[in-house]
Amino acid sequence: MTADDTGCTILHVDMDAFYASVAIRDRPELQGQPVIVGGGNRGVVLSATYAARQSGVRSAMPMTRARRLCPRALVIAPDFEQFSTVSSAIMETFRSVTPLVEPLSMDEAFLEVKGSLRRFDSSTRIGEHLRARIADEQRITCSVGVAATTQVAKLASRRAKPDGLVVVPHDEVTAFLHPLAVEELWGVGEKTAAQLHRLGLRTVGDIAHTQVSIMQRALGPVVGARVHAMAWGSDQHTIIARRGADEPEHSIGADETFSRDVDDAAIVLRELLRLSTKVAARMRKACVKGRTVTIRVRFYDFTTFTRSRTLRDATDLTPEIYATAAGLFSALGLQRARIRMVGVRVENLCDSATATRQLLLGERQHGWEDAERAVDRAVHRFGGAAVRPATLLKTSRP
Amino acid sequence: MKFRVERDVLAEAVAWTARSIPTRPGTLPQLSGIKMATRSDGLTLSGFDYETSAQVTLLADIADDGEVLVSGRLLADIARALPNQPVDVALDGAKLSLTCGSSRFSLQTMPVEDYPALPDMPEVAGGIDGDVFAAAVAQAATAAGRDDMLPVLTGVKLEIDGQRLSLLATDRFRLSLREIEWRPGQSDLSASALVPARVLADTTRSLGAGSQLNIALAAGGSGGLAGDGLIGFESTSGNGTRRTTTRLIEGAFPNVRQLFPNTSDISAQLEVASLVDAVKRVSLVAGRNTPIRLSFTDVMVTLEAGNGEEAFASESLECTLVGEEISIGFNPSYLLDGLSAISGSHVHIAMTQPARPAAFASMNAPDAQPDLDFRYLLMPLRMQG
Repeated sequence: MTADDTGCTILHVDMDAFYASVAIRDRPELQGQPVIVGGGNRGVVLSATYAARQSGVRSAMPMTRARRLCPRALVIAPDFEQFSTVSSAIMETFRSVTPLVEPLSMDEAFLEVKGSLRRFDSSTRIGEHLRARIADEQRITCSVGVAATTQVAKLASRRAKPDGLVVVPHDEVTAFLHPLAVEELWGVGEKTAAQLHRLGLRTVGDIAHTQVSIMQRALGPVVGARVHAMAWGSDQHTIIARRGADEPEHSIGADETFSRDVDDAAIVLRELLRLSTKVAARMRKACVKGRTVTIRVRFYDFTTFTRSRTLRDATDLTPEIYATAAGLFSALGLQRARIRMVGVRVENLCDSATATRQLLLGERQHGWEDAERAVDRAVHRFGGAAVRPATLLKTSRP
Repeated sequence: MKFRVERDVLAEAVAWTARSIPTRPGTLPQLSGIKMATRSDGLTLSGFDYETSAQVTLLADIADDGEVLVSGRLLADIARALPNQPVDVALDGAKLSLTCGSSRFSLQTMPVEDYPALPDMPEVAGGIDGDVFAAAVAQAATAAGRDDMLPVLTGVKLEIDGQRLSLLATDRFRLSLREIEWRPGQSDLSASALVPARVLADTTRSLGAGSQLNIALAAGGSGGLAGDGLIGFESTSGNGTRRTTTRLIEGAFPNVRQLFPNTSDISAQLEVASLVDAVKRVSLVAGRNTPIRLSFTDVMVTLEAGNGEEAFASESLECTLVGEEISIGFNPSYLLDGLSAISGSHVHIAMTQPARPAAFASMNAPDAQPDLDFRYLLMPLRMQG
């Protein structure tokens, strides 16, 4: 708490084991227990509590491996709706401190707090304030990194985990950075790291003390210069206030990873219908309509295609979203390609109250619009499976 | 090949033929050419893009017979720029030479045997005044679709029932219907054809002016191109004969005629010119896909449009209303399209409900009977709420 945070106006706030923390916050008996959030036969670990991490469980690890490493861990299926609600609330908490919030994912964000220092005295105060508020309001913990640049702030929050705050004062940046392994730098992935290792560069300090021109020759003029600059703690990233990808104002989507790769177009189309139904219902609940329908198709080898089409009028109706999604899928012209995952997303959202629709000649006065509202009411009363397209009846999903 | 032709006659004929030359001939470079051939009845120029063919026959002093294929674009540019004197054209080896006054041009020719045969002109079904037909096509084509995903709706449907010729087009949001008289070859002729709207409008415009037009029809299977129906137009004027054919659109045009409501509870009449001006002004502030709202009372209609909080406009006009007051919203450009196709001084708008279509018809004077030879049916643009 005594660290000098002068000039350190960037905060990186990262929830600790976000999915897992949210999943167990209402179950005090699981506090301190190994818990894994993930699911499905082939699912991967989305998040694990620190107790599970001690056994070596990591995010993105195949579930089967995680179970072997930590057999006594409790596995909880993810509830994305709840995660999304908590995420939105957290982002709003951030925005109560500064409007300059750049969400990186559901559970982490950069904050530029230069303009809030008068109100809060210091960046460290702001970090502690946010930690206290989130612990109080959401009953989950988070870690905060405070620094002069985004890159250093992100590294600092990692150092602070779990449930801590680390300030990297301006004059200690190089001392903080240089002992780190090159992989720790933001944007240095496996490939770049391998190239650096080949040059004998193992730590950030090694990079810092290599000539820029050599870095540029090894990694290309842009990346080389950027990595070198980052090794000295400077980066050009400025915080841009925007909505997170998972916040409802931006887009609404759903996807499904099949438990086994699928090469039958009929099954994929049925899944697109199910996802369209889900997306449309969520849109109506959020009182938004959208004009752009996007599908994502991931093949067995993880290559992913994205295709989208913008409609003339904004919609929140299953038949219109599905027809567009199915049309996009058919246009890919796949011949029994093995598909791992499909997703449907609607973008270009607007408030339902301001949306217009050009009526069609000869269309019925009471169309899908009324039918879907009736479905919503039935589902509200009798639960999710009460009414759904006949195509989706009696079919166990593959 | 060798002939002499008047500069204006040549320039006009080349320009007209060049319209059907594809801009991107792709793998068929010969289609970028105009074929010139001498025949017993004069000189013919041909252009073709496998959809539409154009052929003009004109008078020329022919000294020597032959045929040649040269770049259409270049020929059109040259013909347009020549001085106003007779043009001498002669084939000299593989080059075509054009001499006009003291200007001389030499053009590389393309192998004429590579040029495809033009489809045969189908049998003439009847005739009509070119100007009348061009105006009718322009009115009907207003409502034609532009979405290539729905090719059937990009056409104008021609329906022939004896002396009655109907032209219909719709893009699902609006529908236009024009009915005219024509002179069929047989008085009991009954036929129909779905013609690409853009080609039809271009063709009739370029053939129109002051000429008599023969319309020729071939059903699918009997035209020059295997399996496809064909429509041909032929006009003769002092400068020669022009013939053009175009491929018909395949597929069934929806049965839309019955969409015109038989009765309407509400009707309004307004002066067209002032309504058009007001719509143009008010719709300046209409956002993308936001309606212009027309609120009718006994003596007045108020036009309103806006774009959220950003801008708003309104204007009031005199009008005569029969029936209950109504407020109805339209896509501003669809409304303008319909009003622009109205030929009379006043427009008659028949309505029933804010979510039901409105039918527009022309009136030649206030309180006159609406002229039902042209009707435009427009579906409203609704706030979804």
